[in-house]
Amino acid sequence: MKIDSNIPSGPLENKWDNSRFDMKLVNPANKRRYRVIVVGSGLAGGGVAASLGELGYNVDCFCFQDSPRRAHSIAAQGGINAAKNYQNDGDSIYRLFYDTIKGGDFRSREANVYRLAQVSTNIIDQCVAMGVPFAREYGGQLANRSFGGAQVSRTFYARGQTGQQLLLGVYAALSRQIETGQVRMHTRTEMQDVVLVDGKAKGIITRNLVSGELEAHAADAVILATGGYGPVFYLSTNAMGNNVSATIKAYKKGAGFANPCYTQIHPTCVPVTGDHQSKLTLMSESLRNDGRVWAPKTAGDKRHPDEIPEDDRDYYLERMYPSFGNLAPRDISSRAAKRACDEGRGVGDTGLGVYLDFRDSIERLGLDLVKQRYGNLFDMYEKITGENAYSVPMRIYPAVHYTMGGLWVDYNLMSNIPGLFVLGEANFSDHGANRLGASALMQGLADGYFVAPYTVSNYLAGEKYGEITNEKDEFKEALNGVNSHLDRLLNVKGNRTVTSFHRELGLLCWEYCGMSRTKEGLEKVLNLIPALKEEFWQNVHVPGSGSQNNGELEKAARVADFLDFGELMCRDALSREESCGGHFREEHQTEEGEALRDDENYSHVSAWEYKGESQVPELHKEELEFESVQPSVRSYK
Amino acid sequence: MKLTLRVWRQKNTQEKGDFETYEVDNIMQEMSFLEMLDVTNEKLILDGKEPIAFDYDCREGICGMCSLVINGKAHGGNKGTTTCQLHMRFFKDGDTITIEPFRSKAFPVIKDLIVDRSSFDRIIQKGGYISANSGSAPDGNSILVPKQDSDLAMDAAQCIGCGACVASCPNGSAMLFVSAKVSHLANLPQGHPERKQRVLKMVAQMDSEGFGNCTNHAECEAACPKEISISHIAKMNREFISATLSGK
Repeated sequence: MKIDSNIPSGPLENKWDNSRFDMKLVNPANKRRYRVIVVGSGLAGGGVAASLGELGYNVDCFCFQDSPRRAHSIAAQGGINAAKNYQNDGDSIYRLFYDTIKGGDFRSREANVYRLAQVSTNIIDQCVAMGVPFAREYGGQLANRSFGGAQVSRTFYARGQTGQQLLLGVYAALSRQIETGQVRMHTRTEMQDVVLVDGKAKGIITRNLVSGELEAHAADAVILATGGYGPVFYLSTNAMGNNVSATIKAYKKGAGFANPCYTQIHPTCVPVTGDHQSKLTLMSESLRNDGRVWAPKTAGDKRHPDEIPEDDRDYYLERMYPSFGNLAPRDISSRAAKRACDEGRGVGDTGLGVYLDFRDSIERLGLDLVKQRYGNLFDMYEKITGENAYSVPMRIYPAVHYTMGGLWVDYNLMSNIPGLFVLGEANFSDHGANRLGASALMQGLADGYFVAPYTVSNYLAGEKYGEITNEKDEFKEALNGVNSHLDRLLNVKGNRTVTSFHRELGLLCWEYCGMSRTKEGLEKVLNLIPALKEEFWQNVHVPGSGSQNNGELEKAARVADFLDFGELMCRDALSREESCGGHFREEHQTEEGEALRDDENYSHVSAWEYKGESQVPELHKEELEFESVQPSVRSYK
Repeated sequence: MKLTLRVWRQKNTQEKGDFETYEVDNIMQEMSFLEMLDVTNEKLILDGKEPIAFDYDCREGICGMCSLVINGKAHGGNKGTTTCQLHMRFFKDGDTITIEPFRSKAFPVIKDLIVDRSSFDRIIQKGGYISANSGSAPDGNSILVPKQDSDLAMDAAQCIGCGACVASCPNGSAMLFVSAKVSHLANLPQGHPERKQRVLKMVAQMDSEGFGNCTNHAECEAACPKEISISHIAKMNREFISATLSGK
């Protein structure tokens, strides 16, 4: 496996302009002769499918949900960052770039992140033109707020449903292309494998989730925009259907998997209540703008929060990080909450929770204003817990939320397999070891609207169109492979449900590869996961057949992939002997318990190459070069 | 708690369906309704039976994938709540719960409780957008939008496209869904150039899909998990009449 980041030469601020000028163009009359496959219909996938359709390419877009409007981008609450500096508070492209690099704990590529900051402003303009109803000031201008780990107000939002409104914008643009016939949409269809011909990505195998039928689709390029792998932990804030299958299938075909151990734990989620729990719900971290996080000072203090006087409360974020206080970045806030609970100071029945208290804000701003700002979130909290957070402080606990790792891509968002592009959360490119709030939406749309349409065109310009059809042997082989894989799952006929395996895998990953990791624990789990995998293949029970709608078969195939992936993630975590961002190794911390990076030995991207079933994958390193920013200790004190 | 479930089982679109009854035990009030069904399904699987098929994805009330008519009410009838956010504390020990799919001519059953709502997508494809290609749009603040218009647009734009409006309407009308999109875009200046074509085409598609018309029962508004107001239907009717009269 060869990895070359293909970062253009020249000064940082000119790289993208120069690169766009150097790209080859496809003659407008020839565009309709090219076919592109897009897997996923979220901000990145739907965005690139619509944009390529607008340019005149033929696009096939696939999603497993019943409509492209369901993709999980829809659930993002808080907002989207852009370096507009509308607020005159000192923001700039360079500052957004710098904040993102620093927020990622100096583990991302300068050139990619700078481009992201550059196109962030176009995204807002584009979305406004498409009718996204962003919040407005009384004068009619766009409103902004400050958000998760930023000291400037650069976040654009649509109430607490920014992801929904941006996704519906993408869905609208996609619908328009479907109507023109430029995009063929395949709903309730799940990708099963990538097909390579002469080393290049030329198509995919899919399963129709209604009829069970397998199909081979050929194209001139394949784009994966299939989201993150959060549900490897079983419980996460992700949708139930989110999975790693598409990216792990590509990995097994030779695409490098980069930094799988970088996972983001979000500090403000509704705590777990029991074994039945199927997912965790995020409470937008915008709540931290006005809510104060605290835990009792003494371990085992089981008094009702109203009875705990001010002196017995520990507002630990304000105490430890006076300049950022309750707005400290996600990884830091999550670990602080875990520490409080580990010390026995957790609240609620399970002891796995801390308070997010609005008492002081209600006093300062009045109940009406707090309701106006966060009403929908308080309502949601009450629906889930049955508690009224205006009178009793919310209980929150960290939960898996986002995954920074993903398939390795170069500057052009192309994996090491020619013709296989990876966009959005599915790639590893922009957030380093930790993502800042309101940056996921920015990256998804940047990749989909403004980066991939150029870089995919550039790739296609060098390819002869329509060379490959799905009659080729490679497609038949792949079809057979998928068929026998699914048959194998159906034929185990064991005694345990798919979900029971998924839950057990999730607990292992959370215990040993969650908020903090140790060498010992990771070595242990690297034996436990393969053992679980072996049991899965001997004892899983998948009812029904493959030639019908079969939700359990869909789940089983995904869990089989998570079992493979879980091992890879833990292996990566073990090999990275430092702490950075979301990856916290207990052996590597400062005296104050903060993450201790090792820039000398680990300032690189870890890209893993698949070497075959039960073989140890090979590690390739892409050294990170910092020309513009000097890596420093990431302090929020 | 212990519950009796009467669940609609249907093998596929062609075959006829019927209710089957299941007894479930050890249901905790902290569970969501779908988690209660998960528990039921785990038991069915271990008993060698086929689990109940139902749609779900985000389980936080925003993707619009979950559905179900619970005791005659779309999403269970709890104000502003999708099925995935409905919690079992709203039921009592010993309750019998009847669970059906969203029923409408335009939503054929795929299996058990899963229905095909692609008719909604086809309505949006006819005009539920502003034609603005990705590219160099003018600066966001070059188009000023009064806050009240933007708020009104957002009220409508919140629609999650779940189809509860259709399932709860005696006429099987999709007018709340269609009007939410028409109203969202008509309330914004960016949406004005195409407003007439948009409403005419979307309404024509809505009719051709077999949805009924609105006769002001307002059941849709009551069932809507996003509490979208039927005043948007009035807005759509005004848009439609205006577009028809101007002959465009």
